Amino acid sequence: MEILVCVKRVPDTEENEITISSAGNDIERDDLVYSVNEWDNYAVEEAIQIVDKVGGSVTVVTVGDDESEEVLRREMAMGAEKGILVSDDAFEGADGKGIATALKGVVEKEKYDLILTGAQADDGAAQVGGMLAAMLDLPYASLVNKIEVMDGKLKVGREIEGGNQEMSEIEMPCVLSIQTGINEPRYVGIRGIRKVASVEIPTFSASDLGVSAVEPALKKVDYFVPEMGEGAEMLEGSVEEMAEKLVELLKAKGGLK
Amino acid sequence: MEPIIAPADFSLFGFIPTVIFSFLIPVVGVGCFAYIMARRVAPLVKAAPDNRFDQIPQRIIAVIKLWLLQWRQPRYMVAGVLHIMIFAGFLVLSIRSTELVILGVSSSFKIPGFNTIIGDIYNVFKDYAATMVLVACIIAAYRRGIVKPARYAVPEKYGHDHTAEAVFVLGLISTLMISESLFEASELAASGHEKFLAPLSLVWFEHLLLSGASQGTLQAIHIAAYYVHDITFFFFLCFLPMGKHFHVITSVFNVFFMRMKKGNTKPVRHDVTDAQLDDLESFGVKKIEDFTWKHMLDFYSCADCGRCSDQCPANTVGRPLSPRFITIKGRDKLFANYPLRGAFAESKPLIGDIYEEDEIWSCTTCGACEQECPLGIEYIDKIVDLRRAMVDEGMVPQSLQKPLSALEKRGNAWGKMEKKRAEWAQEEEFAAQCQVKILDGKKETADTLYFVDSISSYDDRMQDLARATARILCAAGTDFGVLGKEEKDSGNEVRRFGEEMLFQSLKEHNIEAILNSGAKHIVTADPHAFNAIKNDYHNDELPDIEHLAQYVARKIKSGEIRFKGVEDPSKVYTYHDPCYLGRHNEVYDDPRDAMDAIPGIKRVEMIKSRDRSFCCSGGGLMLFYEPEEEERMAVLRVKMAAEAGANVIVTACPFCLVNMEDAIKVAQMEDTMEAIDFSELIARHLDI
Repeated sequence: MEILVCVKRVPDTEENEITISSAGNDIERDDLVYSVNEWDNYAVEEAIQIVDKVGGSVTVVTVGDDESEEVLRREMAMGAEKGILVSDDAFEGADGKGIATALKGVVEKEKYDLILTGAQADDGAAQVGGMLAAMLDLPYASLVNKIEVMDGKLKVGREIEGGNQEMSEIEMPCVLSIQTGINEPRYVGIRGIRKVASVEIPTFSASDLGVSAVEPALKKVDYFVPEMGEGAEMLEGSVEEMAEKLVELLKAKGGLK
Repeated sequence: MEPIIAPADFSLFGFIPTVIFSFLIPVVGVGCFAYIMARRVAPLVKAAPDNRFDQIPQRIIAVIKLWLLQWRQPRYMVAGVLHIMIFAGFLVLSIRSTELVILGVSSSFKIPGFNTIIGDIYNVFKDYAATMVLVACIIAAYRRGIVKPARYAVPEKYGHDHTAEAVFVLGLISTLMISESLFEASELAASGHEKFLAPLSLVWFEHLLLSGASQGTLQAIHIAAYYVHDITFFFFLCFLPMGKHFHVITSVFNVFFMRMKKGNTKPVRHDVTDAQLDDLESFGVKKIEDFTWKHMLDFYSCADCGRCSDQCPANTVGRPLSPRFITIKGRDKLFANYPLRGAFAESKPLIGDIYEEDEIWSCTTCGACEQECPLGIEYIDKIVDLRRAMVDEGMVPQSLQKPLSALEKRGNAWGKMEKKRAEWAQEEEFAAQCQVKILDGKKETADTLYFVDSISSYDDRMQDLARATARILCAAGTDFGVLGKEEKDSGNEVRRFGEEMLFQSLKEHNIEAILNSGAKHIVTADPHAFNAIKNDYHNDELPDIEHLAQYVARKIKSGEIRFKGVEDPSKVYTYHDPCYLGRHNEVYDDPRDAMDAIPGIKRVEMIKSRDRSFCCSGGGLMLFYEPEEEERMAVLRVKMAAEAGANVIVTACPFCLVNMEDAIKVAQMEDTMEAIDFSELIARHLDI
């Protein structure tokens, strides 16, 4: 099975202290460290596990600048065979539709049975997967947390409200957006990345892909840190008393039925 | 009476000369033994290289101490004394056994020099030795079979019980002792001369018993005893390499080749330098042949005494790790893959076959097992090698992936900003009293570098320790500074968790930063940093490093640190030895001496202290690992402190403090116990 996984380089929310830039329309980007968007990492792991079972190969693609190559290498160290970097000034500042347009160009250059995206990105709006499927006119399932490979089609699951599981069948080729927790992504160390350091990664421009820039339909106007609400309420008393108060509070606020 | 006929001259049924057996039994026995040993050596030849031919004088001393003098045996008094009895008996009787084998073909044979008084003295010695061994065997069999000490039990998941093998061998040894003495007693009884016999020895009793027996009976006993001894002896020799009694043969080698340095970690491969690591195809131990030959010898040498697991904190709290079975499973794998007959088996990945991921991650590398092993079996390097292989294959628990990625990107496991590394020194009250220089090689210089390491730099509570340490350095008049944002995590656990390449990059960065600082000495209050820089950085240009406890002990002696009387005389203190200060670096007395220098302090010792200290559940990356366990190590530890009558547990490691403070809450002992760091205790009592 030929699988394409779309990945994104994002500021690592765990390892950065996010502050608003002085202009107020973006975050401060000096001193940031980046990593692969967490959802995408699960998608790549899932693709590798599928290929391990049924054969084929995994390709990872990202739309970004030269620095985005590092996330491709990291995913290739995990076991993706090929990487594709889409880099063009035309995509700078692109919104979900712009990115989906670029990715559509990539998908149409080769034949893929399955296209995976993360369900969303740390700094994104969860748009790309759905838009890409629509543009390609392919079946789409979102928030997938389970994949079973069947003959020519897939059985996919998603978690629905209250922890219930829903299973659906989907014809291939198709697009799936992957939820975290679908698997346990393997670890990639410095050694793994060095091993793939010299693998050639082709870079495509907008014209290589035969697509053109899409004017963003949305414009960022403001960034701010929400004001702090009132402080937490500290419960006091013995363990039993605190537990009792907690249950009362949870009931009162609708946390317990 | 007629003299008894010796086995060399006797004929069975009057026509079969028994000398044939005297000749055949040793030849067949030695032949079988040589064949078995050749098969047993086979995997060692295919094993990874190891560097064990250095430091020969220290190795000889280790053999004298641990092997000949059985140094570690009395740490378990009853079993230890029994073992010493049997071991000493074996040493004495080895001469007699050799003599007996030759006596079977030549009845007049005497060991050279033994036809003098030396022979007579030896005879008394060996008679008592045999008696002592028999008594020890009976007591040992009683313990194994009836008393059943808990540490010999085999949990179900590790296979069948080992008691039968142990008792069988005790039976073999007893047979050897009884047949050897019967051989002698029957001869003496038949000859009728009064010869001096060691009173109350086995042969003395048997002689007494046989005194009324007929010549024919004595002759039969004499010949039967000889061949029972001969067959048992060679059977035992060939049986040794089949199981835990292999140690009778291998222990002397195992001790000779045991690890001589403490605290360090083995290189990925002994024949590959750090600079060549990138060229290696594979890292760590994935299959059994990836172990070094010494580590395989460890597997062969295990006597199954269970002391490692008895001391192992992970085993004690019910984590899925028992060091004893790391070894036993390794040995059984070697036996299975390298059988005595037939082709050697294709080896499979060890993880998922004989070892489990959680089992290997459960180890805190505290070193209690290695400290205890009477014959120098190693565990930490094996665990590290297995982890290196898992890291190489991407098998790292999710709980550890985040801190590892943070270490790679930010140089600390919490993912905090580099520029905030020295922020602890800017706290107002502290900064007013003590100025901390930043030694980034640009402006400021200082004689001493205080290496803070990550947890004391960033954790709110542990920053108190950094400030307390700085206060002590200030008070003692030491010109010091810190590296600030140039410091990265020391990497002690990064290396021990198998992420060698990340460790290498942290190490290189820190070495450069330290050399850049121009400092002449390093002081740290974190034993993990202390250990990594001292034992794992391997750089001759690095300045010498001291742990705060050593520094304080030294400054007390020189009079540069003085104390006021103890703050609260109602407090009873106990000192918890951090593994990386105590066992791995043997700093036991300095922290105790420094504490005792505080006038009026009351200090008690816990049951498990010094080299038997009980791990707090581990530092560095271990703080992030989520083990399966029944209870927390530190909870057991604070209870031990309470049992000792203490109400303050003093440790000299920020990680120990994290664990102890948590444990006091978990055990709901907030009202009766507190935990503080050595640096805090010292800083509070400084007489400035």
